[in-house]
Amino acid sequence: MAETELLAATAAETAALIEGGQVSREECLSAWLERTAADDLNGYLWRADAESAVGTVDQDAGGPIAGVPLAIKDIFCTAGVPTTAASKILEGYRPPYDATAVARLASAGVPMLGKTNMDEFAMGSSNENSAYGPALNPWDRSRVPGGSSGGSAAVVAAGLAPWALGTDTGGSVRQPAAFCGVVGLKPTYGSISRYGMIAFASSLDQCGPITQDVTDAAMLLARLEGRDEMDSTSTGIEGGVVLPLAEDLKGLKFGIPADLVDEGVDPGVKAVFDRTVERIETLGGKVEMIELPHAKHGISAYYVLAPAEASTNLSRYDGVRYGQRASDKDLGSMYEDTRGDYFGPEVKRRIMLGTYALSSGYYDAYYGRAQRVRTKIVHDFDAAFSKVDFVITPTSSSVAFGLGEKTSDPLTMYMADLFTVPMSLAGIPAISIPAGMAAPEGGGEGAGGDMPVGFQIAAPAFGEQKLLEASFALEKAIDFDGGGGRI
Amino acid sequence: MTIRTSTLPGLPGPPGVLPVPNRKAIEYALLIGAALDCEIAPSSIFHRKNYFYPDNPKAYQITQFDIPICGNGRLGEVRINRAHLEEDAAKMIHVGESGRIQGSDSSMVDFNRGGTPLVEIVTEPDLTSGAQVREWGQLLRATVKELGVSDVNMEEGSLRCDANVSVRPVGSRTLGTKTEMKNMNSFRYIERGIEAEIARQKELIGSGGRVVQETLHFDPSTGELHSLRSKEESHDYRYMPEPDLVAIIPTEAMLKAAQDALPELPAARAARYRDDLGVQDSAALLLSFETEWAEFFEGVVAHDSSIEPRVAANWVTGEFAAELRKQGDQPLAEAKVSPDQLGSLVSMVAGKRISHSSGKSVLETMVADGADPVAVVEAQGLEQISDSGELETIVKAAIENNPKPAEQVRSGNEKAIGALVGAVMKETKGRADGGEVTRLLRQHLGL
Repeated sequence: MAETELLAATAAETAALIEGGQVSREECLSAWLERTAADDLNGYLWRADAESAVGTVDQDAGGPIAGVPLAIKDIFCTAGVPTTAASKILEGYRPPYDATAVARLASAGVPMLGKTNMDEFAMGSSNENSAYGPALNPWDRSRVPGGSSGGSAAVVAAGLAPWALGTDTGGSVRQPAAFCGVVGLKPTYGSISRYGMIAFASSLDQCGPITQDVTDAAMLLARLEGRDEMDSTSTGIEGGVVLPLAEDLKGLKFGIPADLVDEGVDPGVKAVFDRTVERIETLGGKVEMIELPHAKHGISAYYVLAPAEASTNLSRYDGVRYGQRASDKDLGSMYEDTRGDYFGPEVKRRIMLGTYALSSGYYDAYYGRAQRVRTKIVHDFDAAFSKVDFVITPTSSSVAFGLGEKTSDPLTMYMADLFTVPMSLAGIPAISIPAGMAAPEGGGEGAGGDMPVGFQIAAPAFGEQKLLEASFALEKAIDFDGGGGRI
Repeated sequence: MTIRTSTLPGLPGPPGVLPVPNRKAIEYALLIGAALDCEIAPSSIFHRKNYFYPDNPKAYQITQFDIPICGNGRLGEVRINRAHLEEDAAKMIHVGESGRIQGSDSSMVDFNRGGTPLVEIVTEPDLTSGAQVREWGQLLRATVKELGVSDVNMEEGSLRCDANVSVRPVGSRTLGTKTEMKNMNSFRYIERGIEAEIARQKELIGSGGRVVQETLHFDPSTGELHSLRSKEESHDYRYMPEPDLVAIIPTEAMLKAAQDALPELPAARAARYRDDLGVQDSAALLLSFETEWAEFFEGVVAHDSSIEPRVAANWVTGEFAAELRKQGDQPLAEAKVSPDQLGSLVSMVAGKRISHSSGKSVLETMVADGADPVAVVEAQGLEQISDSGELETIVKAAIENNPKPAEQVRSGNEKAIGALVGAVMKETKGRADGGEVTRLLRQHLGL
């Protein structure tokens, strides 16, 4: 078969080609490995060769996704393969074990194409916080791919991988998927084991698929979800996940959180959102306005809770046992020099924020209060889901912004997660699907042209199947053309 | 050198690993809670205690903070504030004169015990002297050992003790400022350290000074207290709920299992030995605090029904324990004598088949080579003369051959009879029953 056909296929189509004997697993892998060499987006931090791609993979595994290779965000531990979380402090580190998510896919016969770029320790919304330089948006290389899973979204959009693994703490799967015109799913907290996922904010971190379409997301999730004894917070999804087949949205109710969505959405993005809402109604869905009164405080709560957890999660990078060590004059200098020299500025900022928030005397005012806001947001969603089946928002208030556009102002950058953070705080599943194209505000420089816009749908906890069904039906109606992202 | 004999790849805290609760540790904590008569929290959580130090590879210790698994208990006269679960730190070895990380030439970290579960038991301030702490500490150790949850060895660190000390004027209800002594590794040192600190605080306050809250180290070799206070050790632990672990919510079945698994505890056993078996108080305590001694004692008593527990207890804690000490300080576990053998010996003495003094010499042989007491008695011909005709002949001969003491006794000096008893014993090589000898002597001396 023609290689171009293979490389243009979705993961599900690739699986069918392998299953039907049109292409062997070996041919498929070697075509993709050759293809990844074309990465000029800095999407991959490390690319596999024929040997390392199948290191821990069960090559005799049967099953629906065997042989369909995958790009893996560099936050997942991969046995014997460099794992840096895009930080200098872990440069050269090779974990002794596979993360559970990686191991589950390896046992399903899925080879690894490489480790993808990201914001350092997943802290960022643009990939510009990578210690190894930002990944570029394949639609317009002067723009960011989003973050933190920017590399994963970029390589899937660019056709440098059939699909990819990302992680989402406050929007890190959904927002880059939106910026790159691909599908990003953050499952319910606990669906997929976090074991071996380098921790940023443990109560929020969740692994999620970044794929070309909703079917692929369902296929990947079906294999990833499940209770893991190595992660006491993991539960899996009761009843599992099957491929979605819905053709309409009849009988389903969608709620738009007015107070949230009214806040500063770019007109182009708003237009795409409104058009998508009309499509929902055309498909038989009902759309109404709802209230999530505390959701707008989500960002404030998130930027206390996530840095607080990060400040303790990242304490282990001290130069004692692995990774980089800046000096060994004495214990204090070793800690200070190692962490001072090898953590990037955003990581340091969040460690300081989090350390402050947990300090004796400030705990109640910051961490305690942020926890109470989180609880209120959970209740907001509970109330909303008693009225509607789904909550819908734009994934981001803008399309992909320009490189360097927001780096000087962390607060503006933090606002990029306004629509995605509330779902993370509530622990509920949410998906971003590409819904159309819009012109960047202020025209934008470089190659120019319209950029993809993401549409976010959130469901109650463990409502993944319903969420995938609705997204599948809507995706078909939108019929987004991702061709512009291919390189 | 042994490297990482007890750690899993996960334990030294590499990126991405997660803690999982140890079911056995939770069951043990519930057992300790049951033994200490604690209230069990319906839902308790873990916290992270953050600090930078190489003994903890994650740079935080997983512990329980505001909601411990066990609270409000009691052991003896002492109230238990709480008993909580946490993970142990790794062991640090510092090379160089300072013996501490500051100023050491190098430091090594032994991760083998890092991350293993431990239970910390905190009392209310109900203990008022070093001796009381030692005694209560021994009761606690015996109680925990009986539960089988730890070998509670202070030298090996499976039991450690921090002591908080404060003094207050007689009649005052307000506690004074406390100091803390950390990681003391014997109850004797704890007793001495506490007494030294009480004396120091009294003197300080008496001379108009003020106690400063600090951490102290008691040096048992000099009897001196040193302050461990240093800038490096003033921590803000930034406690935070541990997001990687879910709450512990014990089921009814788990609570019941803990209650059902409770063995007879030392305090109850001491009371039973004393009240039901008539064992002397001191022997009852000695036996009850050491499970293996209690088991040995009960084995001796079980040898035959004629053995009085009180007598057996005296043999076990008295002659037998002394003989073990004399012969190279043998631990009971390595003793060559079985409870059954000692029972056989005690039975022979009680039944007057051999004299008490013969019994002691037989015991010496038994402890030395594990010999069977019956065989020793036969081989050495130690069986008492039970034929009173034979003994009577010897008694008469002793009176005839020792006219001087005989006369003294007849003229009212009863103490002089000892010389005649000695003569009979010498003639019989100790095989005569002392009481019977005295009776016969008195009879033949016309008393």
